Amino acid sequence: MTSVRPKLAASGAGIVKGGVRILDGMDLEVEPGSFLALIGPSGAGKSTLLNLFAGLEPPTEGSIEKDGAPLSRPGSVAYMPQSDLLLPWRNVLANVALGLEATGVPKRVARRKAMGALEHFGLEEFAKVFPPALSGGMRSRVALLRTTLLGRDTLLLDEPFGALDALTRRSLQGWLLGVRAELAATIVLVTHDVDEAILLADRVVTLTRRPARVGLDLLVDLPRPRTMDAGTTEGFVRLKGRLLEALGAAG
Amino acid sequence: MKRAFPTALPAVLLALLALVGWETLVRLFGVPEFLLPGPLAIAAAFWESRGLLLEHAGPTAAEALLGFIGAAVAGTASGLLINRSGLAERALYPWLVVSQTLPVIALAPILVTWFGYGMLPKVLVVVLFCFFPITVATVDGLRATDPDLIRLMRSFGAPRRRIFYMVEVPGALPFLFGGVRLAVTYCVIGAVVGEWVGSSKGLGFLMIQDKTQFEIPRLFAEIALLSAMGVSLFLLVAFVQRLVAPWTLFSEGR
Repeated sequence: MTSVRPKLAASGAGIVKGGVRILDGMDLEVEPGSFLALIGPSGAGKSTLLNLFAGLEPPTEGSIEKDGAPLSRPGSVAYMPQSDLLLPWRNVLANVALGLEATGVPKRVARRKAMGALEHFGLEEFAKVFPPALSGGMRSRVALLRTTLLGRDTLLLDEPFGALDALTRRSLQGWLLGVRAELAATIVLVTHDVDEAILLADRVVTLTRRPARVGLDLLVDLPRPRTMDAGTTEGFVRLKGRLLEALGAAG
Repeated sequence: MKRAFPTALPAVLLALLALVGWETLVRLFGVPEFLLPGPLAIAAAFWESRGLLLEHAGPTAAEALLGFIGAAVAGTASGLLINRSGLAERALYPWLVVSQTLPVIALAPILVTWFGYGMLPKVLVVVLFCFFPITVATVDGLRATDPDLIRLMRSFGAPRRRIFYMVEVPGALPFLFGGVRLAVTYCVIGAVVGEWVGSSKGLGFLMIQDKTQFEIPRLFAEIALLSAMGVSLFLLVAFVQRLVAPWTLFSEGR
């Protein structure tokens, strides 16, 4: 593993905000093409770590690297925040195209690509619909498409399904499992949900209470491709037990 | 649009009821016309003097409209300036507030001495009446942008300028239209106040004449006409809002 240059790396990264230490000596490497889930208690600094990887803020100490080069500004990874943040004045098509347009891609090109993505996922009938008319699940799908359409090699997802009800959440997890192979990207997912972490990720890292450090670093050795049924297998239950134990100890 | 008539119905019915009540009371108690004319007498006065009223309505409407446009430009410009520069905010904002505490009615005579009896002083009075709500709405609207939205745009790698016009400006429009709708109801009042102080035409000028000559039914007709003018401008703004920013009318704000 050490021979592969990590896609993302935090070394000794610490962050202090308003006199409060949020991250302390964080060492974490994410392999290219892998799916990492970050899990930990509320307010542990998971989102802060994701912000660092997104280049949205610099660490107070230590360094953040992408492909071996220091990450100094945003724009090189795709980032999906906790709330879907769909713009009410843009319809679904224009919302999906937002990221591309924001980076200066001509509107026509961006919209054509967005339409392609919607068609690919069978959502073209929603292209002209405005966000207030969408269900929570559809909003999340649109936000996720907006993120993936950027075509960046790294996806940072900050509790993307956190606001959804259990059933919708399951269906979106299934959807993400399904499209995972097509994305061919390194994915870092922040979540509260132990099942979600094991189901989706190759590796689950728990963070301790603030200031956050790496607690348990767990390889998910369940076979791929996974389906939603993986949640009932013996291996899954064993991993879940270890994670819950680690999180319990962290609290 | 199909719903426009049924939604307007209660207001229209109430107005009819009030007018009928008013006419009945005036006739029942024999109220003299120079104190309170009935709606029918007012309508008759309007019809009799329709040429004169419309002739004087023109300048008033022009003053109100020009002043309103001036206020919209001055209001959004000062709002943008305050938003862009902290120095401009600290230097400008207190004085804009002070400008609102000055009684515009007392300023109007000074403006007339400076700029004469023409249209300019009236337009300036309207601008003074109207620009402040628009300034405040612009500043608040731009400031109200969801910080998460700005972070999302930054994460895309969007430059500052593109964040401004793709997210902050459209996000400020609901606030801006709120301010504009408020301002537009002031602009007819502003024009009339300007005319009261010194003019040779306009509905405000006519009102002063009719008051001294006890043409009370026509005075009421002028008030009704001014009110209709204000309502039309308000509806015009609402129509423009529906056209350029329909999402601001959705019940779900975000």
